[in-house]
Amino acid sequence: MVTLQVNGKTMEVDVSPDTPLLWVIRENLEMTGTKFGCGIAQCGACTVHLDGSPVRSCSLPVSVAQGRSVTTIEGLADGDTLHPVQQAWIDHQVPQCGYCQSGQIMSAAALLARNANPSDAEIDGAMSGNICRCGMYSRIKDAIKTAASGVQVFEPAQEVQNG
Amino acid sequence: MRKLPDTRPAHSLISGRAGSATRHESAHKHVSGDALYVDDIPEPAGMLYGYVGLSSIAHATLKQMNLDAVRTAPGVMDVVTAKDLPALTDIGPVFPGDHLLAEGKVNFHGQVLFAVAATSQDAARRAARLADVKYEAQQADLTLESALAQEHFVRPTHTQRRGDADTAIATAPNRLSGHFKIGGQEQMYLEGQIALSIPGEDGSMLVHSSTQHPAETQKLVAEVLGLPMSLVTVTVRRMGGAFGGKETNANQWACLSALLARRTGRPVKLRLARADDMTTTGKRHPFHSDYEVGFDDEGRILGLNLKLSGNCGHSPDLSDAIVDRAMFHADNCYFLPAARIIGNRVKTHTASNTAFRGFGGPQGMLAIEQIIENIAQATGQDALDIRQRNFYGPDGRNVTHYGQTIEQHIIAPLVARLTKTSEYRQRREAVRAFNSENAILKRGLALTPVKFGISFTVQHLNQAGALLHVYTDGSIQLNHGGTEMGQGLYTKVAQVVASEFGVDLSSITCTATRTDKVPNTSPTAASSGSDLNGMAARDAARKIRQRLTEFAAEKFAVPAESIQFANDHVSLGAQRITFAELVQQAYLGRISLSATGYYRTPKIHYDRANASGRPFFYYAYGAACSEVLIDTLTGENRVLRVDICQDVGQSLNPVLDIGQIEGGFIQGMGWLTTEELVWNEQGRLLTNNPASYKIPTIGDTPPVFNVELMPDSPNTEATIFHSKAVGEPPLMLGISVWAALRDAVASIGEHRTAPLLDAPATPERILAACDQVRAARGERQ
Repeated sequence: MVTLQVNGKTMEVDVSPDTPLLWVIRENLEMTGTKFGCGIAQCGACTVHLDGSPVRSCSLPVSVAQGRSVTTIEGLADGDTLHPVQQAWIDHQVPQCGYCQSGQIMSAAALLARNANPSDAEIDGAMSGNICRCGMYSRIKDAIKTAASGVQVFEPAQEVQNG
Repeated sequence: MRKLPDTRPAHSLISGRAGSATRHESAHKHVSGDALYVDDIPEPAGMLYGYVGLSSIAHATLKQMNLDAVRTAPGVMDVVTAKDLPALTDIGPVFPGDHLLAEGKVNFHGQVLFAVAATSQDAARRAARLADVKYEAQQADLTLESALAQEHFVRPTHTQRRGDADTAIATAPNRLSGHFKIGGQEQMYLEGQIALSIPGEDGSMLVHSSTQHPAETQKLVAEVLGLPMSLVTVTVRRMGGAFGGKETNANQWACLSALLARRTGRPVKLRLARADDMTTTGKRHPFHSDYEVGFDDEGRILGLNLKLSGNCGHSPDLSDAIVDRAMFHADNCYFLPAARIIGNRVKTHTASNTAFRGFGGPQGMLAIEQIIENIAQATGQDALDIRQRNFYGPDGRNVTHYGQTIEQHIIAPLVARLTKTSEYRQRREAVRAFNSENAILKRGLALTPVKFGISFTVQHLNQAGALLHVYTDGSIQLNHGGTEMGQGLYTKVAQVVASEFGVDLSSITCTATRTDKVPNTSPTAASSGSDLNGMAARDAARKIRQRLTEFAAEKFAVPAESIQFANDHVSLGAQRITFAELVQQAYLGRISLSATGYYRTPKIHYDRANASGRPFFYYAYGAACSEVLIDTLTGENRVLRVDICQDVGQSLNPVLDIGQIEGGFIQGMGWLTTEELVWNEQGRLLTNNPASYKIPTIGDTPPVFNVELMPDSPNTEATIFHSKAVGEPPLMLGISVWAALRDAVASIGEHRTAPLLDAPATPERILAACDQVRAARGERQ
């Protein structure tokens, strides 16, 4: 039995201690927002926070997370209020297929938590482990800057047209 | 009678019309983790996990396959081989050659030999590794060169001719010939191949498949199980990327999961691990270009002999159409007065190469761009001047080598515009100055155009259907045959319907693509999704709007032509009621509020026997200007700035279109720079995971990246709201990066030596090209 703090709740799961955290989250805890991409910590789709730091859950044995705090994409918003990174992602229309975006957002949120105003080079450094095959990197960069500034700069859905 | 529902509140101002920068319909779900992909669907009770055993040799006779250890492994419930197949065994989509399970022979490393169902994913994968397989190895053709030399083809060679190319070349003032290699590309969709099959009553099967072509998946599952198609339903709400890699390559996993589900009577999910996915599925075709070109002193092409040889892998799959599309794009934007384009479909013992964004077009286009670059060095002129001089023009220079007349002359003004906005000429001088002052680091600049033909070249695929329901609260449910893979198709088609009814986009729900809602659909491919499905949905919406209009004209005694649908309301002479109120009245008046829609593309035809016709409804154009910096001692490089102008006609949704352009460019840049596929001498793919196969990351994104939609450029053909397709064309904008890298290398030799720079232009190849140009310069001095 492994005990985890996931999104603020204590959870117990009956799995082998070497089970990757990703599969505990997806299969035992039935939270499917965190994605399987490559299984070898090279694509970033499975990124979650462990005590606030981004980790690749596909390659992290659940035993490492024993007694520690795990945050997944489902735990990022504050009730109905999206995390600023999630909101910036919508405002800049970052996702295309969306599959890598939980991981992208978790990496970006962790970056901004430790560096409120990252430079381009710091963004590249923090985000280069998260690949996006739709190639939306320039929007990712813009969205991180928007989330950092706390200002909404772009809101396509507010564009209203008569008749 | 039942009580009618409360009507939806009307908006005074509505949003989401066609042409507006509306957000993706799944935007909120994408960022909250709520968007469900096949693997996220709650698992049905009793579900088993399927997996496959793969061959470990490229070409062999299967002497013996002992699966006892697989069958007795913990958790295994079923094992299936070719001998157990009840009906169809070959799932080749157009031509035979793709065995669902290997039958007596192995044709590539990683071919599926058998499938297993077990109580967990882990158990299924572990069991699949326990097979004891005896092979009798045979000589394997693993390279394009050797297979081409032996004329091993999966399909007959096809030739397109115009005039007498041999004479035109022989009598031209200048001639060049050469050989150029173009690499393949792994689709690398982040959501790998997956299917979940759920058996139902009467032998029926429901298949959740990450597929671009649900109708074909349905057909093949039915044929493999020996069922009528009416008993098989395939559904897909969204894919986590596809890029062509799920056009035919999704079928095998759907068929195998359905087969295991049929045999065990339990739902079966089959999800490939990444390395197996990359090993066993097809990629973009590597190509070789062999050419001979004649041109005048100003670089105008007078005659071209071009042989394009695509490495198809072991089976035809879609290769006939893919090599055709390479041939159709061997002119790019350039008039070829005399040309012979030969397309070879080369057979090798590798995974069967398949669709990938551009579908052969990028390879054909890169081949002619390499020739243009060589002409630039041969004539000592700027490559952009050579390009512009060769553009199609209105008079006497407007017919392609396959007989289609170019009707919209967009490329010349588009390139002129980009030349100005990118400051190409000033930057050319700045690059020249930089290079004269720096011995080691060199800059390169290139501006390359794109003309991409829009329509499936297989005529019957150019049709689509839609199904539209209006409910009595005024809400609308939309379904069509197109699949959502992130491109925003569901959003665009919903915008079309919102525009037809004058309602807010929030009134419309687009439901998962399902073969039991809209039958006999085409793949979502060839950039055709919005063109085809948007028109089909509009047809359905117009049918219902017409019925509502006729009903309202009679009921409210107003002329039909005066009735207007706008802002969630319907204007009926002096009266104005909400759309939902009219819908309720129409229901009570017994008016059908459901309709199917249908569309087929007009005007297109192609006579393949004579290699002539009008295969494309229209062309989409674009151009990109890229500037790069290389280190001539290491080959390391980076992209400094990119400017793009893309012709999307009258955009259905600028924010989605620009996203497609940015993403397509990045993907094309990856194909031609960092993405290198490597096989070992036994035909095993070594680059079978993202640690060894490098797609662009955020750090590879150009720091300056300007993207503009060509203004005031509505499609002159009657497409949906006069828009143009945008899915594939931008990928070929990445050619500008390859050309800029080549330009930087050429600067070492004052642009007098043509660098030999095969694609992808990896640092190793750039370094080798630098050495080649340095050596040529040394010989001159």
